[in-house]
Amino acid sequence: MNLETPLKQEYNITVYTENHVGLLHRICIVFSRRKINIESLNTSPSEVAGIHRFNILIFETEEVIRKLCRHLEKLTEVLKVYYHTNEDIVWQELAMYKVPTSVIAEQVSVERLLRCYGARVVVIRKDYTIFETTGQREETDKLITVLQPYGLIEFVRSARVVVIKDSEGFNHKLRQFERTAVGEES
Amino acid sequence: MDQKEIKKISGSVAIMEALVAEETEIIFGMPGGANIAMYDALYDYSQQLKHILVRHEQGGIHAAQGYARASGKVGVVFVTSGPGTTNLVTGIADAMIDSTPVVCITGQVAAHLLGSDAFQETDIINISTPITKWNYQITDASEIPSVLAKAFYIARSGRPGPVLIDITKNAQVQFFDYCGYEKCNHIRSYRPKPIVREQYIQQAAELINRAQKPLVIWGQGVILGRAEQEFKTFIEKSGIPAAWTVLGAGAIPSDHQLNVGMLGMHGNYAPNVLTNDCDLLIAIGMRFDDRVTGRLDSYAKQAQVIHLDIDPAEIDKNVSTTIPVWGDCKETLPLLTALIDKKEHKDWRRKFQSLYKEEIDAVIHAELNPASDELTMGEVVQLLNEFTKGDAILVSDVGQNQMATIRYSKLNHTRSNVTSGGLGTMGFALPAAVGAKYGAPERTVLAIIGDGGFQMNIQELGTIMQNSLDIKIVILNNRFLGMVRQWQELFNDSRYSFSDMENPDFVALAAAYRIAGKCVSEREHLRDAIKKMFEHKGPYLLEVMVSKENNIFPMIPAGAAVSEIRLK
Ligand SMILES: Cc1ncc(C[n+]2csc(CCOP(=O)(O)OP(=O)(O)O)c2C)c(N)n1
Repeated sequence: MNLETPLKQEYNITVYTENHVGLLHRICIVFSRRKINIESLNTSPSEVAGIHRFNILIFETEEVIRKLCRHLEKLTEVLKVYYHTNEDIVWQELAMYKVPTSVIAEQVSVERLLRCYGARVVVIRKDYTIFETTGQREETDKLITVLQPYGLIEFVRSARVVVIKDSEGFNHKLRQFERTAVGEES
Repeated sequence: MDQKEIKKISGSVAIMEALVAEETEIIFGMPGGANIAMYDALYDYSQQLKHILVRHEQGGIHAAQGYARASGKVGVVFVTSGPGTTNLVTGIADAMIDSTPVVCITGQVAAHLLGSDAFQETDIINISTPITKWNYQITDASEIPSVLAKAFYIARSGRPGPVLIDITKNAQVQFFDYCGYEKCNHIRSYRPKPIVREQYIQQAAELINRAQKPLVIWGQGVILGRAEQEFKTFIEKSGIPAAWTVLGAGAIPSDHQLNVGMLGMHGNYAPNVLTNDCDLLIAIGMRFDDRVTGRLDSYAKQAQVIHLDIDPAEIDKNVSTTIPVWGDCKETLPLLTALIDKKEHKDWRRKFQSLYKEEIDAVIHAELNPASDELTMGEVVQLLNEFTKGDAILVSDVGQNQMATIRYSKLNHTRSNVTSGGLGTMGFALPAAVGAKYGAPERTVLAIIGDGGFQMNIQELGTIMQNSLDIKIVILNNRFLGMVRQWQELFNDSRYSFSDMENPDFVALAAAYRIAGKCVSEREHLRDAIKKMFEHKGPYLLEVMVSKENNIFPMIPAGAAVSEIRLK
């Protein structure tokens, strides 16, 4: 291995923003202008009123990630940006699977399925049934393999959502940010 | 107007009220279908708001940039939707990379037509997103006061930049309850200045006090931060030689004894060579552009680096710093000055002098006293100095003319060097000179432009004519896209692929715009011609025929280290 080459790995970028039209574009072009692909992206309101939280998954070197984060933080509507490796976080994805009820009822041990894969039934109709499971990529992938032979009609997976293991909590940080910074301006 | 009092006004009138409240002196613009309501409101505000009709929207935004650079205030542009907005794009990108505060107010089709491919509908918000500090589309008149307040605040605060506000036609004509204009001074998510950290100031001062061969390199941040005085005090106490980037020129006078010249590709020999010899590099309000650093992996590797910048994203972006001094240099420089020892660094400074002498012998002497009959750009600029005495605003275009102007011009005052730095936009100078004149009406404005770049916004001669603007235009005509030709000569075996030009009669062209002018090609007539130009009241165009194939030296070839700078 060439020790000179910096290591690329998955980094989880957490971005706290105001909620404005067009902000997603502004954030995305920080990556696209450098031809960096976004592996996964989740955006939703945070626990703080008016503040959104983005989780962005990027495969890059730490040096690049640090520059990306500085650039993101400079955007007017962005409050705070953090990045973490997979070791520093707990992450989950939500997946939903739609299968024909007739096949399922006859051929699948639904009970086993629910147990082995931690799946839940969300909807049961005459024509189809929807399962849902939460977990990491391999776990949700496994259930696809299991259900594929029974005529999986539709599958969808959410972006990754991330909790930072050692964070003191953004709530705290945000309060600090909003407090310290007012006097800082001219 | 009483803050509490509510009255019904139109969106367009609210725009005018906002501009008046922001103390806008001048708007550069062009009306059209989607901003005609704004222009109608402007008609009633012509006492408070001056408007200059440009001949092309690109001219409008470059004028606003020139105004901002000369005055330190926010430039304002009005354009219509569609082509009016796309014509702004070059100028917005230029203002973004050069941190110029500009607010562009663009008309847009009515809100109900958005997304329908309506006549002159262009998605300028998405087009301009990568090249604006902030942008926003207003579809309801009631948003106008608060959004414009934010726009001005963002454009001028922190590291300045362009802001674009797109206002749909319905919002311009809509009446709403207006309860006054409140300036913005806080945005929840926006911190224009990073917090100054004491410990870094202390550590930086320690490094400075220990350094034997320190070098200061400064950029436009000193000017944008209005920290010229603080900067001067700092270098005078520390005794550290200081070199500048293209956009930093003029922050301290050209002939200041600690001013050791220009950095980068066509900069001076000494500061480039000694960048790779110093033991401490103190970068102030500059961003280590590749035209300054040359090859990065052999840039100042021997030195420790202190970087003072208001934009945290600049720290460690291109060059790793030993000590980052985040903050506005107007605040950080005095803190630093207080902690440093008074020094002179005499021996170290002598090195600069001796390398400067080498540059004089190898380059400067021949440029300013050419052996041949052909005029050089350098000698023209030198002669112009005699008349301006260093007090004029020099607006240069892009190419050899720009490098000659910036290398050889004498600048006594800050905000005297207006040029397109980061984007290198040909066609910048003529409209920027228009803006600079409005930004500093009491000063002489001298535009120095190549024959190529002059033809890129030549239409602004119309603006100059209509307003009888007293601008002196010097065309350095080498009948080539000179800088391209130079590269082709040096790096492509003189294969002059599409770089030579057949030019019009520029003096006749000026005459068509009722602008006086003259063309000179002989040395013996040059002084007299320049004298006439400066004596002339009103705009004047002086075309100077210069050597066709002269090169700008020194030069750091692309991909070479700063210390590999070539004298020939
Ligand atoms: C808009 C734009 N197009 C192309 C270029 C590339 N370019 C850089 S310098 C130059 C030649 C400029 O020629 P001229 O204006 O005659 O000035 P000179 O170098 O001869 O002084 C060109 C084409 C540019 N900088 N800007």
